Amino acid sequence: MTSFPIDTDGGPQVVLELIYRLKVKDVMKSEVVTAPPTASLREVQVKMRDLGITGVPIVEAGRLVGIVSIGNIIEALDGGWIEDAADSRMSRSLIVLEDDMPLSFAITYFNRYGYRRFPVLDKNTRLVGIVTAADVLRALLIAMNQEVERLEEGLAKRRAAGALPEPSPGPSKAFSMSFPSRRFDFENAGKASAELKKALKGIGADSGSIRRAAIVSYELEMNQVIHSDGGVMEFTASDSAVSIVAKDEGPGIADLEAALTEGYSTANEWVRSLGFGAGLGLPNAKRSSDEFEITSRVGTGTTVRALVRYQEHK
Amino acid sequence: MKLSDLSALFGFEAVFPAEGTTAIVDAYTSDLLSDVMAKAAEGSVLITIQAHKNTIAVASLIGIRAIVICNERAVPDDMVAAAKDEAIAIYRTTKTQFEVSGLLYRELRG
Repeated sequence: MTSFPIDTDGGPQVVLELIYRLKVKDVMKSEVVTAPPTASLREVQVKMRDLGITGVPIVEAGRLVGIVSIGNIIEALDGGWIEDAADSRMSRSLIVLEDDMPLSFAITYFNRYGYRRFPVLDKNTRLVGIVTAADVLRALLIAMNQEVERLEEGLAKRRAAGALPEPSPGPSKAFSMSFPSRRFDFENAGKASAELKKALKGIGADSGSIRRAAIVSYELEMNQVIHSDGGVMEFTASDSAVSIVAKDEGPGIADLEAALTEGYSTANEWVRSLGFGAGLGLPNAKRSSDEFEITSRVGTGTTVRALVRYQEHK
Repeated sequence: MKLSDLSALFGFEAVFPAEGTTAIVDAYTSDLLSDVMAKAAEGSVLITIQAHKNTIAVASLIGIRAIVICNERAVPDDMVAAAKDEAIAIYRTTKTQFEVSGLLYRELRG
């Protein structure tokens, strides 16, 4: 198995956006050929031959219990146990993907584990698909083609319009910045907040206010990374306060009151394993703000507006 | 106490020692990064098992000077690289969070 020559951390921005925007469920095959644990390896082999596949997940009552690969079949033919039941010879140590993970995870898994296919489970750990390296390549090529087309169009438009001069703002204590965020992009999460902190230091805000602003910004940024379909963080500083606006494009929060309750969380297991998703984010952000307002609509998105006033004026 | 004492006194492995003479004023023990953000004091050592890049981001935002990774968890390269950028020290030990907390408590508050 060759590896994917894609840098999931520091690659080109366009490619990064693409592999975080695409989900495992966008590239997987959802019609999975499976076999029960009681099927003989011979039966599995016949399935493989007839359907031209190289791996069959073994499923019992909707749950994935193992996988039989073409390697297992070759060994069975070689060793003379091709009539044995699948569950006596299948691989049981399984690495799986979750359907909601970004494609970047799939690429990392292929590169790290060297398997040729990964079963895909949903939130409730039911088998919902299978991903092969060919599926990933196909999806990537289609998406990259679209992306290149879009870039070329943009380029042509800019040429036609003639290059616009960059506006040069005069020296001022205030600043205004914005940063995009992407779902599950834990690699780049926190960068917007780091920039905000730097900029606030630059204009001489007091350290207590900088800390509060950093907490508000980081929690809202992580919320976008963990829960939203991507969004934007906007910072506007005056010489007395900084406004932090976090806008995302969905899915929206169904129960705002619950979301603001400490300990309430809808984060999944692997987000929690990173030390996030404990239901502290929004309450933390609110507590650190002087003004805090959240509006959300399911299907449309969430906007949080927070204000942090500096404690001492310089 | 100072950063280099984490190795000198307790024998923690210095994955990235940063500026050894930096003073440590407090410590905080938690594996929940939102909790760390809300509660850890500036100039603290963070005692945790969260060995990944986001821990550095949190530490940098609230002024944590060093992170002690417990239970001999592996520290990934991108975490070390981020730590270098932010000048935050990383130490590693076979000890648990409880044991490390005890050692530091005696030094800082005992």
